[in-house]
This record gives sequence, C-alpha cells and structure tokens, in this order.
Amino acid sequence: MANGGDVAVSTEALQAHYRMMQTIRRFEEEAARAYAQGKIGGFLHLYIGQEAIAVGAAAALRPDDYVFQTYRDHGTALALGMPADAAMAELFGKDTGCSRGMGGSMHLFDVERNFYGGWGIVGGHVALAAGAAFKARYQREDRVTVCFFGEGATNIGGFHEAMSLAGLWKLPIVFVCENNQYAMGTPMERTTAIRDLTLKAQGYGMQGDRFEGSDVTRVYEHLCAAVDRARGGEGPTFIEIETYRFRGHSMSDPAKYRSQEEVDEHKKRDPVAITRAQLIDAGVSEDALDDVDAEVDELIDAAIAHADEAPPAKQQVMLDSVYVTTYPEAG
Amino acid sequence: MREIRYREALNEAIAEEMERDERVFLIGEEVGHYQGAYKVSAGLLERFGDRRVIDTPIAEAGFAGVGIGAAMTGLRPVVEFMTWNFSLVAFDQIVNNAAKARLMSGGAISVPIVFRAPNGAAKQVAAQHSHAVEALYAHIPGLYVVAPSTPRDAKGLLKTAIRSDDPIIFLEGELLYNLKGEVPDADADELIPLGEARVGREGADCTLVAWGPSYHRALSASAKLSEQGIECEVIDLRSLRPLDSATVIESVRKTNRCVIVHDTWPYGGPGAELVDRIQRDAFDYLDAPIGRVTGHDVPMPYASELEAQVLPTDERIVKAVRRAAYQE
Ligand SMILES: Cc1ncc(C[n+]2csc(CCOP(=O)(O)OP(=O)(O)O)c2C)c(N)n1
Repeated sequence: MANGGDVAVSTEALQAHYRMMQTIRRFEEEAARAYAQGKIGGFLHLYIGQEAIAVGAAAALRPDDYVFQTYRDHGTALALGMPADAAMAELFGKDTGCSRGMGGSMHLFDVERNFYGGWGIVGGHVALAAGAAFKARYQREDRVTVCFFGEGATNIGGFHEAMSLAGLWKLPIVFVCENNQYAMGTPMERTTAIRDLTLKAQGYGMQGDRFEGSDVTRVYEHLCAAVDRARGGEGPTFIEIETYRFRGHSMSDPAKYRSQEEVDEHKKRDPVAITRAQLIDAGVSEDALDDVDAEVDELIDAAIAHADEAPPAKQQVMLDSVYVTTYPEAG
Repeated sequence: MREIRYREALNEAIAEEMERDERVFLIGEEVGHYQGAYKVSAGLLERFGDRRVIDTPIAEAGFAGVGIGAAMTGLRPVVEFMTWNFSLVAFDQIVNNAAKARLMSGGAISVPIVFRAPNGAAKQVAAQHSHAVEALYAHIPGLYVVAPSTPRDAKGLLKTAIRSDDPIIFLEGELLYNLKGEVPDADADELIPLGEARVGREGADCTLVAWGPSYHRALSASAKLSEQGIECEVIDLRSLRPLDSATVIESVRKTNRCVIVHDTWPYGGPGAELVDRIQRDAFDYLDAPIGRVTGHDVPMPYASELEAQVLPTDERIVKAVRRAAYQE
C-alpha cells in the first residue's frame, strides 16, 4: 500500500507484483482457452500486455479507495484482490461469480473491495467515477477514486464532461488512460488530432502525467504521486500510460490491422518478463520464480475447476436484482 | 434472382445508392479500414474513397450530430452505429434534433438521414449490449423505424430509406447478417416501400405478428404448430413506423386470433401499440385475448441459460398460440 512520499519498492513487493501479474496473465490465457471451448460467451477483452498498469496502480491504493474500469477489467479486478475463482466463475456465467453470472467478463464487480466495475459503454463510466470522488469529498472521507479507460474513450463526450466537472470541483480522482494504441481496429493517429493526450487535461485545469507503462514500479511511483495529490486536496490528475495489448480487441477480433512485426516489437517490453528480469537482477533465483509460476498455475487450474463445477446462475437472482423494492403488480 | 446474405444485401444497397447519388456517404466507427465491425461495409472504402466512407473516433453524439447537420444542409448520410446500444449516447441528437428540425422550422428543413446498426441481443453480450430499441424510437414522431428480416427486404428497404427525405431508424440483426435469401439481380433496383407488411405464411387459425429476428422464430414456431393442426398466418411488419395495421387487421378478421412476438420488453412496446389498434378495429372479430410473447421485463443477464429464458422462444410462441386457440 502507498505510504505517502516513500515509494521505494522492496524486492519483496516486486515479487508480489510479479505473482499478481503472472496470475492475471495465466488467468486470461486460460480464459481464452475456455472461450474457444465455448465455456465463456459474449465478449472477452483480454488485458495481456497491460498487466503492469493494474498491478502498479492497485499497489498505490488503499483498500477503501474506489476503482472504476471498462469492459477490459479482469486485470484490475484481480489486482484489487478479487479471488480468481469468483472472476472465472463470472466468465463462465455461474452463481458463484463475482456478479452471480449476471454480468460476465465485461461487468466484474467487487463492492467489498471497492471495485465498482466493469462497464461496457465507452466513456459511460468516467462520470460515475467522478461521482464516487464527489461522494468521498461530500462525506469528508479520505478516499481517492481511480478511473481507467482507453485512449479511444478520450474522444467521447462522457469523458470530457466528467473531466470538466472533476477539474472544476477539484475532485479527489485520478484518471488513468491506458493508451494501448488502438481503439478496436483504429490506431490513435486516425482518432485523435494530438499525440500527447495530457494536453486534454490542461483544458480542464488538471495536472497531466505521461509515461511508458511496462515497468510495474514506474506505474506504482507515478500513481502514488497522483493519488497523493488527490488525497492532499490538490485535485485530479490525468495520466496517460503508453501500453500495448498483445491480443486482439476482443476474442472476435483477428487484429489484421497491425503487423506481426509490430506486435513482436512490443512483446519485447512484456511487463511480466521485465519484472521477472528485474527480480533475477535483484538476486531472486530462477527456481524461486518458477515456484511462483507453478503456484499461479495451480491457482488458475483451481479457478477453472471451480468455475466448471459451480452451479449455474439463478433465475431468482436475476429477478431479485432488477429493483431493490418490488411491488406486487398484476400481469 | 440469386441467393446472397443479409449482410451482402445491405452492402449492395449502400453501394448502389452511393453510386446513384453523390450526396450519399457512409460514416461511423470502423466502417472503412476495418471493413465494418460486422463487415456490412466491406470494400466500400476501396471503392468510394475516404471522402465518402468515413471512419470516426468513438464519438456517437458527435458523428450523429454531424450527420444530421450535413443532412439538413443537403447531404444524405448513412450513419452506422456499431450497435444500437451505442446510439443511446446519441439519443439526444436523434430525438431532439433529427426528429424535431422539420416541425420546428415550419417544414423548411428536412433531415434525409439513415441511422443503421444491429439491434437486439447477440449472444451473451449482457445488459448494456443487448438492447432492442424499436420501442424507444418508434415512440418519436418525426422518425421512421424499419426492421427487415430477410436479405431481400434488407436491400429493398435500405435503398428506400436512403432515398427517403425523413430520418430513418434502420434496425438490422447481428444474428441475421449471415442469413441467405433470394434477392433480385443487382440491376433490378428494387425499392420496397416503407409501411407495407408482408405475409410470410398464410394460415386460417391464428395471426402471428413479428419483425426482425423474431419473425424467424414466429415462422419456426408456426411449423411446429402446423404439426399440431394449428395453421398460423405469419406477418412480418417490416416497418414499425409507418405501421401497416391494415394488413394485420385484415388477417385478424380472418383468423380471429392474434399473438405478437418481439424481443424487446413488454412495457409500452410495439406489441402494446398493436394490441390497441387491433382491439379498436377488429374487436368484434376476436375470439380470444391477444397474446404477446416478448423479452422478459429485466435487463439482459449474461448467463446463457438465463438469456435463453429472457428471449422469446419457439416454445413460448407455441404456448401463446395454443392459449389463444383455447387448447392450453
Ligand atoms: C459508446 C460506445 N461506442 C462503441 C463501443 C464499441 N467499442 C467497445 S470497445 C471499443 C474501442 C475502445 O477503445 P479504447 O477506448 O482505446 O479502449 P481499449 O478497448 O483499447 O482498452 C469500441 C469502439 C462501445 N462499447 N461504446
């Protein structure tokens, strides 16, 4: 957890980050396999390649801080501590899923850990995050909100209106733009007239920060600074993190709009491999890391087994989840 | 006649109308380089260039509004939403501007624009991505709402829509795009008028009214009912505004029973509008209450078994018809 200005990262902490990044990676590789087997339906958006962002950001937060994410949400949910069983069961549409099979991959929720979703309409959740930040201030709570979205989302009205209000009211929020270069099949140069997205923050009177995001420690340090500003009443920060998704936009996207060479080039900055190399440099043995990998494999195998065997989503849960209060109504 | 897919029929309609009228252009997310999220616009960028096939950022309110403004001043845009769910971001533009400009200007301004996208549930895409929007848009005077269920209708109705001088909400179906069917040859230039329902199957015992994907369910349910000795007349409305109630009334006067099938929710849905018209114009002919088979009154759940329960099924249609025939 963040501890004010001191953001030095111990080898121990880095090991924990490695374990979590590997957990996300393996979770999604197995989810992709389960999707191909028809055990998961609908849309499945993988986070593979972006893991350092979720893990570094989660480490900069306290348990009672609020987090909002798009449909590309597995990494964030796991990094915030959602059990892999609950996440996988949700993808399988099971009753033990974090959203009891009602939401699926795009709509993971874990209110206990202050993870407020998992949203499907581009830009639609950004104002919700500002709303959580508004609530924290209204109640004089020492809580920060972090909102993630892609670079594509910075073109839609919902994003701009939320930024406008957050900047005006100096809300305790950090906007994290995970710039993975493509909005579905469209590269950023065909969607945005500027290269540096922090220019958009300037117009709303907020701080901007911009960096490459394959090093989990770098993500952690930059997030700590922004979170501290928000906590200290200095208002919101807009952070643009350069990243890359190694897979298609979703499972149904063959990603023909980019070359294999381009993907391979980016894979040289695989955040999981980078962290592993850093740990080796710090004196951690290959064996120790292999042990971590084996434990992660076990965890993910268990999550798949759990999801396979869990009871299906229940009709009663669906009916009970439309309203808080239902009224007897004829017809 | 040849057999082509629904998606190809739409593609041909857009291409032919772009060929015919230089003012027609296509705008939306991934319509160009990506060849369309559902490949409806495949090849159009290569054929017509980026002046007329325009990729946009994710900015539905923006490009819908740009389309409306361009239409008001003389162009004929075809605006593609990736799905109708995302049109809700542009709802204000469609409802407050496209549907209002003409009346507010005393008839001086018209808005010849087509908004098109797949409508309704796909498979397990959950609550925010499964809207069937016909009730939302058919409610609005100033908009026409079209929902073809076959490749031939898709092509003929889209060509008519593009030539129309009014804003058109054109509802396609993700689960229909691969459907094959007979479509007149390319040079036939077939235009199918708005507001004419089509009788897809004749029968004397019960009228089934549907459109879009649910039309196909009504057909398959009527095949099952036929085995049980109940012959349904299946009407594909094809457009919800203008609504061809005459064809429905005529059929109900013959069959004396009616069941309406739609994917969208029951409350204030097109089925409710039809029930009102039928009871007014065919009251004395009805032998049973009019049945409705609709999507259940819940946001769409993700789990596949629950989604299957929420959407109309053959079984539910069969049951509703048997109830109307007092056999259940
Ligand atoms: C308002 C809206 N329009 C279109 C879509 C379809 N869609 C889903 S994700 C996406 C691309 C988003 O790209 P970006 O914001 O960069 O995030 P990424 O998926 O790369 O993480 C699109 C067009 C949507 N979900 N919502």
